[in-house]
Amino acid sequence: MTTTMAPAREVVRAADRVAAARRRVTVGETLGQTMTMAWRALKKMLRNPEQFFDVALQPILFTAMFAFIFGGAISGDVESYLPLMVPGILAQTVLTTCMATGTQLREDMEKGVFDRFKSLPIARIAPLAGPMVADLLRYTIAATLTFGMGLVMGYRPGGGAGGVLAAILLAIFTGWSLAWVFTWVGTIARSAQAVQGISMMILFPLTFLSNAFVPVETLPGWLAAFVRVNPVSHLVTAARDLANGALVSGEVAWTLLACLIVIAIFAPLSVRSYKRHM
Amino acid sequence: MSITELGRTDGGPAPGVGTDPAVRTEGLVKTFGEHRAVDGIDLNVRAGEIFGVLGPNGAGKTTTLRMLATLLKIDAGRAEIFGVDVAGNPHVIRQLVGVTGQYASVDENLTARENLWLFSRLQGIAAPRARRIAAELLGRFGLEEAADKAIAQFSGGMRRRLDLAASLITRPPLIFLDEPTTGLDPRTRGQMWDTIRGLVAQGCTVLLTTQYLDEADQLADRVAVIDHGRKVAEGTPDELKTAVGNSALQLLLADPDEVPAAVEVVRRVLGSEPVLSPERGRLNVALDQADLAGEVLIALRTAGVSISSVSVAKPSLDEVFLALTGHGTEEGR
Repeated sequence: MTTTMAPAREVVRAADRVAAARRRVTVGETLGQTMTMAWRALKKMLRNPEQFFDVALQPILFTAMFAFIFGGAISGDVESYLPLMVPGILAQTVLTTCMATGTQLREDMEKGVFDRFKSLPIARIAPLAGPMVADLLRYTIAATLTFGMGLVMGYRPGGGAGGVLAAILLAIFTGWSLAWVFTWVGTIARSAQAVQGISMMILFPLTFLSNAFVPVETLPGWLAAFVRVNPVSHLVTAARDLANGALVSGEVAWTLLACLIVIAIFAPLSVRSYKRHM
Repeated sequence: MSITELGRTDGGPAPGVGTDPAVRTEGLVKTFGEHRAVDGIDLNVRAGEIFGVLGPNGAGKTTTLRMLATLLKIDAGRAEIFGVDVAGNPHVIRQLVGVTGQYASVDENLTARENLWLFSRLQGIAAPRARRIAAELLGRFGLEEAADKAIAQFSGGMRRRLDLAASLITRPPLIFLDEPTTGLDPRTRGQMWDTIRGLVAQGCTVLLTTQYLDEADQLADRVAVIDHGRKVAEGTPDELKTAVGNSALQLLLADPDEVPAAVEVVRRVLGSEPVLSPERGRLNVALDQADLAGEVLIALRTAGVSISSVSVAKPSLDEVFLALTGHGTEEGR
């Protein structure tokens, strides 16, 4: 620390700084700051590769396991179960991945660096949205591996490459939207463990009380009613239509609408509770 | 440097010192549940000075700083920074203040260079300039060699330096330092002091918290002493020390029953009251000069009061508190 050796710099004038200070953050600045935060999250992800374990292992493991366990019982054989199940696994995998967003945000928030983020003149949403942008990479890996594993096991999607790609994109967008729910949980819970616990309670009913693994017709009426309104069911049906028949059904629209509603509710809630934390 | 500047030995105003307050608070309050962590603090920090907030752990120093840095909501009272209301314009305040916390607030997952780059880019500095600023700050804080190493390998002193460097990216006119040298070795501590003095020479105002009287003495132009969320004293370090004495003679008597006799001797020799410590048979005597210790010891010997241990030390924070509040730093906590 050779301060005295540092080249002479002009003197800091407080009055000029007050006059030059910007009153609020613009939309452009917010986007730039979010991308910078995404860069940080990406660096962190690449330096801790164990963060990729869940997105890599889960699709491979679950696809194989569920196909052999339920295949015979539900569809008679494994191969005819795959078109029903692979989009279901896709939805489940993406949901699990976005649950990790909340847990990791909470862990991150407990570290000193978040104090600095809060003390900087940046948009309050940037530290929350940045990691979510970086998480798009995780969704892409998870979704691609799910279909890859399906193909290895003999799944031949009728919708072709275009249909599969559309299903993957829809799943990624849904994952990103639902991640706001878990981000909100991340900002309100007391600890990372609590986030994990609460997230599980949200995640399990959402994935298993859906048409992801079984046809709705086999369920009792009261349960079928919930399964039909569950946004995950819409995602699963839409993904099936896209991947298996290249069909852009009304379910796609319902899924997108549900996603937008989730963002509209949970993004402001997350920012508000993040602000209150200070 | 001109001759007139050289001739100034009284530590007169540093360049940029104005009459406008850099920080002004009135009746600042923060409550956590039932506990009033900050209980009506008034501060007036002049532009261009180093202002020290001195107090023991849990006195409300950090909480005060966090409220001023917009990291905590102000529950009651008012705070202004360069005339800007803190509660009403947090975004403006964040552009005027650089904050260095007690625990290094840098990203453990990034290298030192990446950290400075991240904080520059977040504050809207274009990529080429961000790269230049990072290189310049790494050089200025002696971190070039470690620039591309993981922060996990950094020593406590290196982290602090990086943390301070990160606070200076936009050259904010006001800098908050929360216990900048707690846990540092003496050499690193001296370097940190030099750096802080350098900031003020460039026209910055520094508000720092500390638990150490000697740190406040070394650095601060003025000091506020805080206890239980309230300000108990304010003044220049010299004024504080006059209240406490320049050094302290600590006596442990062989026989605690001889305390009244010892008090009588001190009164006679120095004309001042010794402070009785909670420990039985221990006395703290404030001295204007360390040499007076000898006089006290000779007088005690003559009076036949025997001593089991004796030491002369700079007054500690504890003695400041004993002198100012009549109780030690641990009492009632």
